[in-house]
Amino acid sequence: MKVGLEVHRQLDTAHKLFCDCPTILTTAPPTIRFQRRLRPTQSELGQIDPAVLFEFHRGRTVIYEADNDTSCLVEMDEEPPHPLNPEAVDVSLMISLLFKAVTMDEVHIMRKVVIDGSNTTGFQRTSIIALNGHLDVEGKRIPIQQVSLEEDAGRKVAEAKNSVTFQLDRLGVPLIEITTGPVIQNPEDASKIALAIGRVLRATRKVKRGLGTIRQDLNISIAKGSLIEIKGVQELELVSKVVELEVKRQLTLLEIRDELHKRGVHAQDLEDHIIDLTEILKSSKSKIIQSALQKGGKVLGVRLTGFNNLLGRELIPNVRFGTEMSKRAGFWGKVGGIFHSDELPAYGIEKPEKEQVALRLECSQNDAFVIVCDDEKSGRDALQAVSDRAREALVGVPEETRTANPDGTTSYMRPRPGAARMYPETDVPPVKVTPHRLEKIRSNLPKMQEELTKELTARYGIGQKLAEQLVNSEYSSIFEEIVTSSKITAPTYVATILTESLKSLEREKVPVANLSEKQLKAAFDLVEKGKTAKESVPEILKWLAQHPEADPQSAVQDLKLGMLSRTELEEIIRKLVSENWPASMGKLTNLVMGEVRGRADPKLVIELLMHHALAGSQNK
Amino acid sequence: MSHPELEGYHGEILEHLRKARARIGNLIRVTSKTGDVHEGYLFPRYQYGDQHHVVLKLRNGYNVGIHLGRTEKIEVIGEGEKPKFTKAPPLPKQFRLPRVSIISTGGTIASRVDYRTGAVEPALSAEELASVVPELESIAEIDAHILYSEYSENLTPEHWTGMAEEAARKISRGADGIIITHGTDTMHYTAAALSFALQHLPVPVILVGAQRSSDRPSSDAATNLTGGTAIAAAADMAAVGVAMHEEISDHHIIAHKGTRVRKCHSSRRDTFKSIETRPLARYDLTTHRLETMDSGTKRDKKRQLTLKPSFDPSAYLLKSYPGFDHRSIDSAIQQGARGIVLEGTGLGHVPRTSYDSISHAVRKDIPVFMTSQTIWGRVDMNVYSTGRDLLNLGVAPLEDMIPETALVKLMWTLAQTKSPDEIRRLMLEPVAGEIIPRTPYLMEEVH
Repeated sequence: MKVGLEVHRQLDTAHKLFCDCPTILTTAPPTIRFQRRLRPTQSELGQIDPAVLFEFHRGRTVIYEADNDTSCLVEMDEEPPHPLNPEAVDVSLMISLLFKAVTMDEVHIMRKVVIDGSNTTGFQRTSIIALNGHLDVEGKRIPIQQVSLEEDAGRKVAEAKNSVTFQLDRLGVPLIEITTGPVIQNPEDASKIALAIGRVLRATRKVKRGLGTIRQDLNISIAKGSLIEIKGVQELELVSKVVELEVKRQLTLLEIRDELHKRGVHAQDLEDHIIDLTEILKSSKSKIIQSALQKGGKVLGVRLTGFNNLLGRELIPNVRFGTEMSKRAGFWGKVGGIFHSDELPAYGIEKPEKEQVALRLECSQNDAFVIVCDDEKSGRDALQAVSDRAREALVGVPEETRTANPDGTTSYMRPRPGAARMYPETDVPPVKVTPHRLEKIRSNLPKMQEELTKELTARYGIGQKLAEQLVNSEYSSIFEEIVTSSKITAPTYVATILTESLKSLEREKVPVANLSEKQLKAAFDLVEKGKTAKESVPEILKWLAQHPEADPQSAVQDLKLGMLSRTELEEIIRKLVSENWPASMGKLTNLVMGEVRGRADPKLVIELLMHHALAGSQNK
Repeated sequence: MSHPELEGYHGEILEHLRKARARIGNLIRVTSKTGDVHEGYLFPRYQYGDQHHVVLKLRNGYNVGIHLGRTEKIEVIGEGEKPKFTKAPPLPKQFRLPRVSIISTGGTIASRVDYRTGAVEPALSAEELASVVPELESIAEIDAHILYSEYSENLTPEHWTGMAEEAARKISRGADGIIITHGTDTMHYTAAALSFALQHLPVPVILVGAQRSSDRPSSDAATNLTGGTAIAAAADMAAVGVAMHEEISDHHIIAHKGTRVRKCHSSRRDTFKSIETRPLARYDLTTHRLETMDSGTKRDKKRQLTLKPSFDPSAYLLKSYPGFDHRSIDSAIQQGARGIVLEGTGLGHVPRTSYDSISHAVRKDIPVFMTSQTIWGRVDMNVYSTGRDLLNLGVAPLEDMIPETALVKLMWTLAQTKSPDEIRRLMLEPVAGEIIPRTPYLMEEVH
């Protein structure tokens, strides 16, 4: 097994890569909407990524949404790109030096053709900053093949049968891409290396953090399998699982191939004789079929010679070979309903109907079939794709680009692009990297993990373990900001909240990644200003994570975690004392603290309690 | 001096590459003084690049620049592949479809990219066009050829003459519509020129361009060409028009009247706007619906075309501004101007300091005309005393004619007659809708 990693991470620069828009995402409803259609450029015809050509012929419309706060004419492809953002280049050079990579003397911007609509231009602008670096992870030297700087794509917000919608706020946000050599041998190492790369990136303090700002792509191949590119693994924890499942998927596909060979199936047995089955199924109880027929659609079917029982074979949990096939068919044909013989009778298609279909398609015992119901063109396209996929099964694992699902499984995305389709971005002049510029960056390289840990323990007096956790977390720079600006909050307390408390919230499935730096700082500021108690901070952070955009003050109000006024406190104490009198001082303290914990300073509670207890005893 | 096999390289680096016997497209290896090795295809140096960097296209498609000063050795290690273009299949004959002639003058409405060298090659035969823009096949029977290959800023009145004659030739051979592909910068000047040169048109003549070059997937070239061709083929009108995007969406292609259109944005797709008039026709790219909006001249293949393709470029367009130097008028007179269009401020004014120069021109029988730099609106020189002074000096107001159209019309008029009085008369006689006596209130025209 060989795995190569591509780690993508957004840079936290003031502006986007090719214009002066900010690098923030919007939550406001879009104020600008427009639609486009992309087409392949001529030299790609014939040798083009077939999915691209197909997408064009299908006539899919791309809808873009934007607003004037986060996008300008550049993102809309209505104005040429401005020169490459120098801040992003500097950060990329810094990252390259941290990986000890060879920086390029002149950075050339390229256009990488991608016409799924995620880029208004139809290409992604990308550039190589450095080559041939390395990173030592637990004593192993991992080659860092390439450090590239590119623009992030638009954010997909909706998808329908014939259209896809992207929001342009994310388009143009600088993205650093770190590509390792294909040297990773097992799933756990993949996660460790991704983590180690992440630490280097964070050391620059110039990368964004939180969900959606990091994406891992994996290139996975096994012996006799194929190179599979898996896009968009958002969470680090998922990397090893994705690798594991992909290896399993490829191994099962190889088993299926061997089984087909054993059954003596050849490619010529799998020609796509698509047959109209509408007559047989026109009175079927299947709702999907009936609704397709009402719209003037047809039921079409194709025999898959020698595939009996193979379509039902599980490749990875909950993904059968049949699922894989219908994903592919759905991608090409965009059909509504698709069924295969291994899952029938079901979905309202009954046994006699299944048998009639098998008869009409001339299936023998060893054969399987796939049927679709939709308009004739979509149906034929889908079944064509099914036959193609079946023929590929004879060879083994087809080269594909797959997309990662949140559960670690993957789905078919598109065929792997052939040779890189890249040509120069002539609208942006190349950028020279002078030795002077490089030296300036080299002399200001950020400190790495060990050094940082040492510094945190020495400067703030926090424990070694806590300092390490902090450095490993996303929060060490925020920690320093909070602690240096505060007069009363203890560093250990802040560090514990930012590491252990946030981790336990994460375990409770609280979306901690939603917390903005501003919210974090403001939460501690409430303690600083005496508006809430130290103990309340985890509760407040939990609330904030569930209410992004909101400010901590509203958390305090909503959770009733504000500090009690002296009069309010006195009132509570008076009541408790008179209700429970006579009682020991210890019992009274417990009673009162139980009532006001997190809302009153314990010192004040004791002071007032002494006063009232004394008064109470005198009154009796 | 640059060498074709080492395009763009010069000076020191050229010497090194020649010594290594390298050519563009060769697989080469560059070894640095510190021992770093980079391999890739030698890529042409971009225009005005310095003479210190070699550009390599790496095997993964990326380009990088490597400084000669840090290079120990350059060697050729392979020939490199030649790009292969698949030839477009021959077009099926579309017998019952209208015939549209496409005349290409520059800019590349359709092109293919050579990813190896980054070169953009125009796709210009009818077959190539149809393979890049397959939509055309169902709209018209196309014939296509190249007349010029010029950026539009380099086109001259002589080119207008050539285009007019070529269009007339195609019309006489029975074309149902003409498409002229054209760089967008000066497309409205050409549109005005053809409007005067091609009178009594039997069929539409439509200029088409692109704001995003055709080598990119998001180019508006193909959609503009599609919409323009649909309009040329079937719109029930016969005029010169400019067909481009109506909005920034790939939704409608709109044809503007040749004498009333202007490029109004440097980069947006919907840069061309009709100035205070309704457009000629609109094509919906989604529904394929064609709407003829101009109630003027209908298409009629029996109508006899009048060809008046001559232009005399000795006309001047001078823009007034605060501190306008009257010597620019004197200089025009000295250069042999036969007519001057002033682009005045507001209702049609120039500073008092230029009165003497204007008066001098008029005395020398050089007609002086007034238009307004406000683009929208009509000149009226009776409202303020400056206007009345200028009228008194002999300046002729050109109503609501847009300045660029006025310049082109003056060049055309100068070729029609020698008489200054006749020039003045012809300038004010509407030929192709360049003057509209009533100014409609069109909200969408004003931004």
